[in-house]
Amino acid sequence: MSMRLSPSSHQPSLFQPETRARILTVSALTALIRSHLEEPFRDIWLEGEVSNVRMPASGHVYFTLKDEASQIRAILFRLAAQQFRFDLREGLHVIVRGRLSVYEPRGDYQVVVEYAEPKGIGALQLAFEQLKERLAGEGLFDPAKKRPLPFLPKRVGIVSSLAGAALHDMLVVMERRCPVAHVVLAPVPVQGAEAAPLIAEAIAALGASQLIDVMIVGRGGGSLEDLWCFNDERVVRAIAASPVPVVSAVGHETDVTLADFAADYRAPTPSAAAEAVVPVLDELVAQIGDRSARLRRAMGHRIELARRSCLVIQGRLRERTFPIYRQAQRLDDAWSRLQAKVVRDLSDRRHRVQELSHGILAHGPHQAVRVLVQKVTHLQVRLRDHMTVFLSRRRQPLARLLGQLHSLSPLATLQRGFSVLQTLPQGAVVRRADQVRVGEMIKATVAVGHLLCQVREIPGGPDSA
Amino acid sequence: MAAVKFEQAMARLETIVEELERGELPLDESLKIFEEGIRLSKTCLKMLNEAERKVEILVQDRDGKRSLRAVTLDDMDGDQPSSLS
Repeated sequence: MSMRLSPSSHQPSLFQPETRARILTVSALTALIRSHLEEPFRDIWLEGEVSNVRMPASGHVYFTLKDEASQIRAILFRLAAQQFRFDLREGLHVIVRGRLSVYEPRGDYQVVVEYAEPKGIGALQLAFEQLKERLAGEGLFDPAKKRPLPFLPKRVGIVSSLAGAALHDMLVVMERRCPVAHVVLAPVPVQGAEAAPLIAEAIAALGASQLIDVMIVGRGGGSLEDLWCFNDERVVRAIAASPVPVVSAVGHETDVTLADFAADYRAPTPSAAAEAVVPVLDELVAQIGDRSARLRRAMGHRIELARRSCLVIQGRLRERTFPIYRQAQRLDDAWSRLQAKVVRDLSDRRHRVQELSHGILAHGPHQAVRVLVQKVTHLQVRLRDHMTVFLSRRRQPLARLLGQLHSLSPLATLQRGFSVLQTLPQGAVVRRADQVRVGEMIKATVAVGHLLCQVREIPGGPDSA
Repeated sequence: MAAVKFEQAMARLETIVEELERGELPLDESLKIFEEGIRLSKTCLKMLNEAERKVEILVQDRDGKRSLRAVTLDDMDGDQPSSLS
């Protein structure tokens, strides 16, 4: 850039001929400016609004600080940037501490920032809000991802400090509520620079161990700085990635960390976490007892109900069957009446048939025959009577004659002891002894009966000696 | 997992009790779920009683292998006398 002297000007000037001998190079001037500027502005505090933020691959952050009227370039070197817990963003109102520096290649001056804090809120708070926003954007805090805690975990994992009161409180609560719960501890430091990666690692290890059903991550109360590791991105991510449900229990009720947002359940205190994780065993036992008692009672009622409705049905059945019985009785009556009628009809008919047949017999030829038979019989009787009289009248002379005849018959002779001998088989009366021979059989007729006799000897006969 | 089974068993038990208390089921159905309920309550009690309390620490060896070491609550009380005692 050239400047022309005004000829009318008599004022001494840098560009007067006397000083022309000291012509500077750009670099020399810049170096001069640099040495003049940097020393007095070695440690400045500057307040302004952040704009034009650029973050090239180098990791250094370039931005501009401005107020209503002016602006100044600023740079945050990578190493310093890493110490920051929050990000420099457009529009952020900050207070920075640093030194002024001249960037010779461009002839710029700029503030090299060593420390910055958001104006109004603390740096931690801002970092918290920013990380929260970013992780929320990734869905790490999505309420839909929250899992229910197991009702009765067999084993509970705890990521906390062995030395802390928080662990002691949790174990005491668990012992009191659920003396059967099994606890697996993953001891970690819970504050300090080392804490966050170790906590994240312990969460991952416990989660992957398949030893536990639920996990508590936490510590007791402390300062915001003490609790800061539970806002660490690694811890928050480890919680969100845990395969088992995680309960966060950091500090007191008023302390809210990003771990709380990522956890499936946020407990206000470690003791509350223990209460949330295990049920009260005695209550469960009582509940089971109560249910089984209700079960028995209800079953008893149900049976009683069934018994009663059984009785009702029985009664109704009886009501229904009574008319049936009555009908049946009526049927029986009808049947027996019918039967009686049939029998009566039959016997009526039989009588009628008998009457008819009697009539027929009375008026038919049968009767005439019987009368005739009677007449004949009567006649027979009379005939027999007449005959008897007639015969007995005749028998008297006959008896006389018979008496006479009897006195003449040989029978009378025989009665007197004589006998008649007859040859056999001719039957010739033996009147002479020579009519028979010795040894012959003869028949002797006596008054009563006969004798068969053998001739032993005939005296004077031809065979006698 | 046993925990899930326990909760399911308890829920089923409650359902059965309510169902039975409503008294609308036929008798044979009632008897069937009654038996199931009694069985469930026994199972639940057994689940509660069979576990044994233990506290273990997950430790990492130098070679990176992790293992469990049993500790008792008393061991830890010694470590931090400030609390509760």
